Amino acid sequence: MTWDWGAVADFMPRFWDGLLLTLQILALGSLISFALGLVWALLMRTPTRWVRWPVGVVTEFIRNTPLLVQLFFFFYVLPEWGLTWSALTTGICAIGLHYSTYTMQVYRAGIEAVPAGQWEAATALNLPVRRTWTVVILPQAIRRVVPALGNYVIAMLKDTPILMTITVLEMLGEARLFAQENFQFTEPLTVIGVAFIFIAYPASLLVRALERRLVR
Amino acid sequence: MTSGLWELVLQGIWITVQLLVLSALVAAAVAFGVGMARTHRLWIVRFLAGFYTEVFRGTSALIMIFWVFFVLPIAFGWQLVPLWAGTLALGLTYGAYGAEIVRGALNSVDPAQREGGIALSFTPWQRMRLVLLPQAVPEMIPPFSNLLIELLKGTALVSVMGMGDLAFSANLVRLALQESTEIYTYVLLIYFVIAFLLTRGMRGLERKLKAGLGKPVGSTPDQELHRPETTGVGAAGALGDVGAGGASS
Repeated sequence: MTWDWGAVADFMPRFWDGLLLTLQILALGSLISFALGLVWALLMRTPTRWVRWPVGVVTEFIRNTPLLVQLFFFFYVLPEWGLTWSALTTGICAIGLHYSTYTMQVYRAGIEAVPAGQWEAATALNLPVRRTWTVVILPQAIRRVVPALGNYVIAMLKDTPILMTITVLEMLGEARLFAQENFQFTEPLTVIGVAFIFIAYPASLLVRALERRLVR
Repeated sequence: MTSGLWELVLQGIWITVQLLVLSALVAAAVAFGVGMARTHRLWIVRFLAGFYTEVFRGTSALIMIFWVFFVLPIAFGWQLVPLWAGTLALGLTYGAYGAEIVRGALNSVDPAQREGGIALSFTPWQRMRLVLLPQAVPEMIPPFSNLLIELLKGTALVSVMGMGDLAFSANLVRLALQESTEIYTYVLLIYFVIAFLLTRGMRGLERKLKAGLGKPVGSTPDQELHRPETTGVGAAGALGDVGAGGASS
């Protein structure tokens, strides 16, 4: 086994490009999944069965099928429907949609964890539904679910390499391109593997610290 | 779709199922080995097991697959058959998540049970085998069930390496027909059906194991409703219900 530091040095400029793109995907994907997950969670609490049922089926379906296949689905099928999105946009939306079905569960748990007395107090004060949600329930629910959402951000980080398969040059995409041009696989793949550990491990420590502070 | 293309899809399903079963076995072995090692009394054993878990949970499954396929042959001269390479990469990665489940479940067994084992002067291994594991294993089933679904979804990743699994056959069919909507809809449905069957099977298994222990069977599914699904490090119980599934703590 030979380790070539020169290859590492050559790879570094591209590594930073890939890292930057990975972090952009992560940021936008997280935003989409946080927002959409909340929408799903609220829809699942509407009294109408005709809203709850389709939302339940669709999210369950998304959660139980591979992100990779969903990514291909959107990448190849959207153009057939006349929507020409760039690979990056498609990828970010697919990741955001996939993880929104997970964050939905988190929000649901958070909302259910709000004590019943809070609901009753809101009713007693004659607060309208909208204000009950925005002022009483959601602030308490979201505070408690922040650590769990953080866990999904880390999970999402580790799923970003999948976007390589639809030609997005994030970290793994850059590493593979470099490897194929220079016939050096060991160095770029190891560098990005280590990079993932260096991001994911401190992040999970941070989430644990948050968990201790926010959830008693 | 013609019958020839369906045959391709069937072959893909067969490869996916094989890969799923094999890597689940590897992952289970790793999970129990590493998970029990994390409760060992020697700090060096605990440290090594923890190190393993963090490394494999920290990197992405896809990077591990790339590493096993490309770096292993070049760096060590081990060229694995694609099926075994995929099994190894998936088994080691998901085994690391499973190890956290095993550790969480072992820790959630009532301390009095452990002390009882000590009082009866059982050896540590007897204590593990006769007292702790029989009580911890039923608790592990729901999080393991989630992990199994994650593993099923992870098997699609090996298609990137040209292994002829379901996702790969879908791509071939797409190229043959020049039409994507139909085949990808079918493939998503097939994955969903497999996942559904797995969930059902695991629920049955849980019922069986809990019945053997005389624990209320209906209790866990209700709790599970309130727990977010696991994925990756997201396997933590969201709201302090860090019981058997508390993988991130």
